[in-house]
Amino acid sequence: MSEKVTMTMAGAINAGLRAAMERDPKVLLMGEDIGALGGVFRVTDGLHADFGDSRVVDTPLAESGIVGTAIGLGMRGYRSVVEIQFDGFIFPAFNQITTQLAKMHYRSKGHITLPLVIRVPFAGGIGAIEHHSESPEALFAHTPGLRIFTPATPQDAYDGIQQAIASPDPVMFFEPKARYWDKGEVDTGAVTSRLSERDATADIGRARVAREGTDVTVVAYGPTVRVALQSAELAAQSGTSVEVIDLRSISPLDTAAVVKSAKKTGRVVVAHEAVTTFGVGAEVSARVNEQAFFHLHAPVLRVGGFHTPYPGATSEHEYLPNLDRILDAVDRVMTH
Amino acid sequence: MDAHGPLSEHGLVRLLDHHGERLEDQTFSPYAAHLSAQDLRSFWHDMSVLRAWDMEAMSLQRQGELGLWVQSYGQEAAQIGSGHALRDPDFVFPSYREHGVAMKRGVDLPSILRVFRGLEHGSWVPSEHGFHLYTLVIGAHALHATGYAMGMDRDGLVASGNPEQDGAVVCYFGDGATSQGDIAESMTFASVNNAPIVFFCQNNQFAISESVTRQSKVPLADRAKGFGMPSVRVDGNDVIASHAVSQWALEHARSGKGPVFIEALTYRMGAHTTSDDPTRYREKASEEYWADRDPISRLTTHLESIGELPDDFREEVAAEGKALGVRTREAVRSWAKPAAREMFDHVYAQPHSTVEAERAWFDRYQNSFADAEVQA
Repeated sequence: MSEKVTMTMAGAINAGLRAAMERDPKVLLMGEDIGALGGVFRVTDGLHADFGDSRVVDTPLAESGIVGTAIGLGMRGYRSVVEIQFDGFIFPAFNQITTQLAKMHYRSKGHITLPLVIRVPFAGGIGAIEHHSESPEALFAHTPGLRIFTPATPQDAYDGIQQAIASPDPVMFFEPKARYWDKGEVDTGAVTSRLSERDATADIGRARVAREGTDVTVVAYGPTVRVALQSAELAAQSGTSVEVIDLRSISPLDTAAVVKSAKKTGRVVVAHEAVTTFGVGAEVSARVNEQAFFHLHAPVLRVGGFHTPYPGATSEHEYLPNLDRILDAVDRVMTH
Repeated sequence: MDAHGPLSEHGLVRLLDHHGERLEDQTFSPYAAHLSAQDLRSFWHDMSVLRAWDMEAMSLQRQGELGLWVQSYGQEAAQIGSGHALRDPDFVFPSYREHGVAMKRGVDLPSILRVFRGLEHGSWVPSEHGFHLYTLVIGAHALHATGYAMGMDRDGLVASGNPEQDGAVVCYFGDGATSQGDIAESMTFASVNNAPIVFFCQNNQFAISESVTRQSKVPLADRAKGFGMPSVRVDGNDVIASHAVSQWALEHARSGKGPVFIEALTYRMGAHTTSDDPTRYREKASEEYWADRDPISRLTTHLESIGELPDDFREEVAAEGKALGVRTREAVRSWAKPAAREMFDHVYAQPHSTVEAERAWFDRYQNSFADAEVQA
């Protein structure tokens, strides 16, 4: 049963959480201020009123504790969806996520599955204070055992959160907070047939061609997809055809989709908000070099955050991979 | 010794002193009243077999059969006493030295050594034993234990109306762990959620080389007060008292009254691990003082004094320990190294393209040598 509804991304995640909670009584939401307040971004708005204290749990203010107890609940079959209030506050939970959550299935030889979802509002562009605009996804992508998904559209947010919950593996769900209020049409019925553990997991690992093109591939994800699409629009006006790949999944990385596009265009630019050094862009670049080297006309370029802490908000426009910086990279690869 | 510090022996619950004399405690004696001479012999049996096995594992490490060994030597009373208070619906989250508790949960002791031989990271199925895998990141498992207890509560396994069916979680950790944030967070989460969990701290006085006085200025059990949970300090080398306080704590937790904290003051008679050298940081006098308080010898003295430790029983136990040692040695030597490609198994529950690609590459790489051999 398909129904198309216009939603914001925040609304789509909220609706996806509601659908998952209605489907499975073992789904719990855990986090700080997610109850009566509905979360600082209101993503869980109304869920506490409808599902009550036992399903929408306001936790103590301790990120390690939230993730660690969600792991214990997971061992009893509960599928906890944890909200980390802001990207920069995830680090107290870093140990639980990387040494415990990510390894439990491995070290138990498959006897313990932990189908947790960790929701992280991430990235910048909202004029926020320190620690509220960061993009730590590469730190987790470097950790075997985790899956990492980031939606760029309300549809992917709606589908992705439900598939993340259905996945038997732990999923980190990075929500581009600057896109929470972007609206889009959401088909609410399409995902329901893709919620078996296998389908859900395979599906959230796939990239999407957000715009087709022939001259340059711009690879982006999360908040940067919109900027990449805008750059493609502008480039088209000056005669350059840009293909935009929305990775959606950071881990696994859909290498096949990127390589296919790289072979087609011969030029690749990777853009993300996270610090460029040792980041997702470096990984994409390496894989393109390994698998499409002889199809390339130009070196793969990266556009992203600088090797500095996230600056004060008045400088964030220059720090982020904005339209001008992506177009600059497109121009540079087009000189070859 | 500071009468008010973390090494104080003042006010410890003790029902069997180090001379083998039974003592009375108004609060806790009732929790040991059910123990028959046969029960005490069972404690003695378990502690003796555990120690014999521990010494065998130590030898295996020294002979190069194990990469590392972590002895439970000296902590047998705390582990066996509390282990005897557990029952099926309970679930245990050990640290990594709780071999005695593993034994009480039906884990075959030799299998533990698979981890220490570097074959794998977990050698038993936690759900089959109500005994989670060992956790090496200090204190991290206390949060899992707390979450698990919260889950048991949600699932109606606590205060169900049938006390025989109620369960609780016991989480074991050491004195060093009490400085970890995860322990503090566990106690916060357990307290506000009224989780059915017993925090069982074996204060063996050392975190590798650091004295517990580097972790705390007050007895560790005192910390529980700030979290609003009852606590008790027990002589952890007294198996009867360790058992009694565990009975009390488990009844409390199983009946829905919330978390409890036990501090069992004991002494790590061996090294931290086989890589450690205690002569660099502790005095012979301290080792001698605690050797006099050995958990097994005081029960030996007691059982002898009441005529309940017949020679044939002692011989049977010694033979059992020896046979277990032989079986352990044979098992360890028989374990083959797993195929290297198994390292790719179970990283994820569902296929992950990077792991699949790397496994496929590794297979081709391995097979390329096989081809070379054939050609040669």
